[in-house]
Amino acid sequence: MSEAHTPRWSSRLASAVLLGLVAFVIFGPLLNLFLWAFAEQWYFPHKLPQQFGFTFWARVFQPRGNAIASLATSIWIALLTVVTSLAVAIPAGYALARLRLRWRGLILLAFLLPQAVPNIPVYVNIARIFYEIGLNGTILGVVLVHAAHGLVLAVWIASAAFASIDASLEEASRNLGASPWTCFRTVTLPLALPGLIASAIFVFLESLDEFTGTYFVGVPDVTTLPLLMFNASMGGNYQIASITALLLLLPSIAFMLVVERFLKADVLAMVGR
Amino acid sequence: MSGAPSTTGSWRAYTLVAPALAVIGGFFVLPLVMSAVLAFRDKAGAFTLEHFAKAWDLYRTDFLFTIGITLLSTVLIGLVAIAISGYLTLGENPRTVAILRWLYRWPLFIPFIVTGQVMRTFLAKNGMLNHALIGAGLMEPLAAQSMLDWRGIVIAFVWKQAPFVTLLLAGAMASIEAQHVEAARNLGAPRMRVLLDIVMPQVRGTLLVGLVLSFVTMLSVLSVPLMINPNSPTMITVDIAYRINTHSDYAVANALCLMSLLVAAAAAWLYLRHAVRQHARQ
Repeated sequence: MSEAHTPRWSSRLASAVLLGLVAFVIFGPLLNLFLWAFAEQWYFPHKLPQQFGFTFWARVFQPRGNAIASLATSIWIALLTVVTSLAVAIPAGYALARLRLRWRGLILLAFLLPQAVPNIPVYVNIARIFYEIGLNGTILGVVLVHAAHGLVLAVWIASAAFASIDASLEEASRNLGASPWTCFRTVTLPLALPGLIASAIFVFLESLDEFTGTYFVGVPDVTTLPLLMFNASMGGNYQIASITALLLLLPSIAFMLVVERFLKADVLAMVGR
Repeated sequence: MSGAPSTTGSWRAYTLVAPALAVIGGFFVLPLVMSAVLAFRDKAGAFTLEHFAKAWDLYRTDFLFTIGITLLSTVLIGLVAIAISGYLTLGENPRTVAILRWLYRWPLFIPFIVTGQVMRTFLAKNGMLNHALIGAGLMEPLAAQSMLDWRGIVIAFVWKQAPFVTLLLAGAMASIEAQHVEAARNLGAPRMRVLLDIVMPQVRGTLLVGLVLSFVTMLSVLSVPLMINPNSPTMITVDIAYRINTHSDYAVANALCLMSLLVAAAAAWLYLRHAVRQHARQ
């Protein structure tokens, strides 16, 4: 019996050690960030900060500080991006899911472009165009850049959400005399809502975290949270950078934990179909 | 709202799609085309290759460095993704599988810019990696060095992108027929053999899609190289930003852009060739 147990225990130990390593690789960097966010002082070769505290948090959250202003700018831009993306993505998603379109596959592919092509050339030249028409350094300019990039997710998920709805429900409401618009408003839209909310959150987060486009198009007047973090980090202020990074992380992680509630398997199965 | 379906599609359908297509056209395709045009134009508007000559002259090393780093990261991402998704599919201890499934996803939603900052502190001389290695007795304190060079970029890329490819791959592996795997296991095949000979051939396409998407994404990330290793040799995106911010030199910047677009196109071609061959086989 003991002979049969030995390999089992050793393999259990091995897998525990391996899991521990994976956990360190995943959470080690995050823990390091966390420590920096609460460090008052941390010099080499100390393994841990010499002093913990909230001085830097107070500085980040002071009422007229840069961080609060950037946070507000970031959220405002992300909200406008969601509105812009969904305003064009919902009709497009509906048409792609329900109506007949020649070149439907090609149109779906077109929305994939911003995810599949390196973005740097686009940002560089859009900054040039925007500079000439006075959109550089404006909120509207940044929103348009974020919206074009967010459209992929918005259109694909919206289309999947509409496609996963049982068409007979719509037919029933039409047969009972509802106008196309009433049917869409009272039957289709409510049923597609969880998927649409998921796509709105995706677009919101993408905009919140976007760096490169804002870096080229937003300068010098639009400072979002990622840009503030970048400037703090390059300026050697690791505490401010880490606190800002944590602020950026929280919504993403919260979303990761609840995403499956909004994106049901039946919608996921229709993505890209 | 579906009306009478026709084979060519209704004008209503096109009207509904048009605004979204206009946004992509105006704010994505147009700038992309401009990039290609401007890279070949001199000041008078005539055709020229001088911008490419200058770009190659100044940034040849960085260009090769970029390809090397992205390729190495892609290979490592593939290996990590195969290992994790393979264990998730074939692992026998349900608790270990559940923990691993919960663990591996975390970096998935963490943006590149935050990954850059996280790694900037983790891999620094005073970072947690060195302290952990010293604490575990694996390294002498004096041997501690900063990893904020090409290694840092590769680590950041793999950390951020491997979960994405793993997610795709584990999904594909979950949908292959369980009977094949069970039959092989019953015949006494070791798990490694089952993974390599039975599971992998069926999910090769998904792996390739994930890797090509990751490759192209990493090719155009600016924040990670800018934060981890901004000095030469560095990635081409840093040089593009430098040409524009310091010299307002859009011509050379666009030449560099087009060069990285070509690399991305090569990756896409590789994928398409595989897809076509797969299609022909069926």
